[in-house]
Amino acid sequence: MSGKLEAALARCRELTEDMSYASVRSHKEKTGDGAIGYFPVYSPLELYHAAGYLPVAVHGGGNQIEITAADSRFGSFICSIVKSTMELGMKGHLDVLDGVVFHDICDSARNLAWLFERNFKDKLFMEYFHLPQKPDGAAAAAFLGGEYERIYTKLAALRGRKPDLDAIRKSIGLYNINRGLHRRLYKLRSERPQDVLTAELSLLTRAGGILPVEEHNKMLADCLADFEARSNKPRDGIRVLVEGSFCEQPPIELLELLDAVGCFAVDDDLLIGRRWFDQDVPVKGNPFSALAEAYMKSPVPSSVRHNPGVPRTEAMVQRVRSNKAQAVLFIYAKFCEPGLFDYVLFKDVLEREGIPHLLIEFEEKMWTFDKARMELETFVESQLFAYD
Amino acid sequence: MTDTPKENPKAAGHVHYQGRMHALQKEIITRWYKELHGVWQRQQASNAVPLPGSGATGAVPLMISGNCVELLQAFDLLPVYPEINALQLAIRKKALEYLLKAEDMGYSTDNCGYVKADMAFYLEGAETAQGTRIPKPSLILNNFVGCNTYIKWFEHLAHFTKAPLFTLDIPFLQGEEPDAGQIKYVADQLKDLIRLLEKVSGRSFDIDRLREILKLSARSEELWSAIKMTAKNNPSPYEAFFDATTMMGPLYVSRGTPEGVRFFEEALREMEEKVRLGVGAVAKERFRVVVEAPPPYPYFKAFRDLFNTWGACSVASTYSCVGGTFEFGFRHDPRDPLNSIARHMLVHNVCNRNYIQRYDQILRYIKEWNADALIIHSVKSCRLFSAGHGDMREFFTSKGIPTLYVESDLEDPRYYSPAQMRNRFDAFFEALEHKKYSTKGAGV
Ligand code: SF4
Ligand code: SF4
Repeated sequence: MSGKLEAALARCRELTEDMSYASVRSHKEKTGDGAIGYFPVYSPLELYHAAGYLPVAVHGGGNQIEITAADSRFGSFICSIVKSTMELGMKGHLDVLDGVVFHDICDSARNLAWLFERNFKDKLFMEYFHLPQKPDGAAAAAFLGGEYERIYTKLAALRGRKPDLDAIRKSIGLYNINRGLHRRLYKLRSERPQDVLTAELSLLTRAGGILPVEEHNKMLADCLADFEARSNKPRDGIRVLVEGSFCEQPPIELLELLDAVGCFAVDDDLLIGRRWFDQDVPVKGNPFSALAEAYMKSPVPSSVRHNPGVPRTEAMVQRVRSNKAQAVLFIYAKFCEPGLFDYVLFKDVLEREGIPHLLIEFEEKMWTFDKARMELETFVESQLFAYD
Repeated sequence: MTDTPKENPKAAGHVHYQGRMHALQKEIITRWYKELHGVWQRQQASNAVPLPGSGATGAVPLMISGNCVELLQAFDLLPVYPEINALQLAIRKKALEYLLKAEDMGYSTDNCGYVKADMAFYLEGAETAQGTRIPKPSLILNNFVGCNTYIKWFEHLAHFTKAPLFTLDIPFLQGEEPDAGQIKYVADQLKDLIRLLEKVSGRSFDIDRLREILKLSARSEELWSAIKMTAKNNPSPYEAFFDATTMMGPLYVSRGTPEGVRFFEEALREMEEKVRLGVGAVAKERFRVVVEAPPPYPYFKAFRDLFNTWGACSVASTYSCVGGTFEFGFRHDPRDPLNSIARHMLVHNVCNRNYIQRYDQILRYIKEWNADALIIHSVKSCRLFSAGHGDMREFFTSKGIPTLYVESDLEDPRYYSPAQMRNRFDAFFEALEHKKYSTKGAGV
């Protein structure tokens, strides 16, 4: 590994594990910007950036914090990210932010938004928007454009700014670069999974939730060049499609385990919200409409998005085929309602198509990986044997 | 965690909770099932959709929350409520066998039990306890009102039945008033739906017919609301949690019909008579409580006995507002049909309102219905209700309102522990009794 790449990845890890958000604090001090938190899965970061905020991913506490207060605020069947995000709020970790934006991905996250409003409104504003669950028809895009305009206008006003459409267009351009670099990294991984490991790619994407987009773009471009220059020997293993971690993120140790046992992810939906568009969003015209239409037209399938015209199940089969994957590995957060429901339909279709699959559930505070290791090893071996 | 699924026969001395309205409710539900069965029989004879001849033109599953059943009725389409399928299974103690079948298919143990039981029920042939069948959907109406799990439920139903699916995308309510863009967004979708229902039913849309139906709905809503108001009496003639579930069937199936209006007239008469005679819904009302979230249907009667043993009457409940928060004044408006349907879906049902609005609603109940305490029945597999219940308990406790928080499930009997539940109730009501009755003049 080149020293540069190693250092970049170490920095990503440090940034994503720092629950004091020191880098956000220093960015605010240096630039005078505000900072706005956003809950997964998809959020229009361009609008926050253009309104004068550093967009910061509020993605739970990973395995970096103890949950001592938030447990008592929820029922027992709630995923880790909801609880640890509440804990971050209760323990003051998020005080560095001006506010947090939520949208309705699931019932738990929606209620979390209103718990934020009730418990933290003196220090954080809470904004909520609706991403249409209706893919067809211009009405949904028009409605969403209106939602975006409402949020942007409010956020800009809070920073004493007048609406500035050119500033949004400029932000769209920056995030287009970011998404473009992600696409190239993903393509490279699909072609040479031995050179771009899943844990590394995930760390790079996660760092984008903390770093300013300009800096993240540079980091992605540098790392892409370093990955391209790598030439690891292909190892024994299988090519898998990884599905299910679109919201709560699995521990990096679990992703490292995939690489270790020869389970090479050739595509995944880790933090899919950062890669929502398969093409650039137009930087001309009305930016609210451009972002809204791009969202509605995006073919990216997700468990938190209803799109019956392009069933996720069929899209998965397509993705398996186009990436020449041999199997699907489901990695779901425990209690993740949208994910675990989808699993039933995916399973039905994969079995129809004869595509092998394995399900692993995780929690943020997963400490031991022995069981996962055993399951993965057995799975890889059975597939290698089957393909011999 | 699993106790023997037996109810305690001694707990409330074999109380039967049946009045005239229960018999009437049975009639309405039985007729509805028979009509659905008729559609199923005709589907067996001919696969043609829409079905030929007069009578029901087909059956359309939709969800209870903020349902727009009036639009279906305007096309002689029968509603199917998957939630009612699921609760019927649970109340008849059939849920577990279906839940296990669903888990065999890959459903997670902690996914919403309603969806799991209903999907397995569907795939096993959808035969009801009455021996009737639920027909294949002519259309699946995915009315996404508040609960994201609804979307999953209907995606699964569409996947396995191959029936066409139409989504009504209702933005979640943020403030008290939706903005004009939201109302227009919903009303426009309702217009698209009407065009589709014309095709599905083979009937053309008649706005005057819809106005007539809405007029009847408004009347049913008025009566239903008046019934809820009778619970302000002391003693309350009406059990606003357990008996509300009896009334919810007619409210969702036939509120826009003369039969529905008759049911609510009769039920109101029954309540008013009880008020005149000073008869309470529980034999000797000692405590007035508000209940949050759905009941544990697999242990419905055992749970009710816990209230009854302590002379506790529910005077208001949030669960009875899934289909509409009518007691706060909303009525469908025959003069403005589509906008009023849109407003019902957006604003006037508990599922599309946010958690803070739910706290406010409960506070109003406690104050205006003069309640002593709040009981939160946290339904594990229903996050719409349960995600945040601990915070709710904290909120009400900090306001000095005695709050009992218990957990089980609305469908899955494995999460109900009779002995533990009884202990929790006994401890809570002993303390409440002390608070209410031992201190001279101290109410709660
Ligand atoms: S992990 Fe799943 S259940 Fe939890 S907030 Fe995210 S989408 Fe919702
Ligand atoms: S999650 Fe709750 S509200 Fe939603 S379908 Fe299930 S039981 Fe109903």
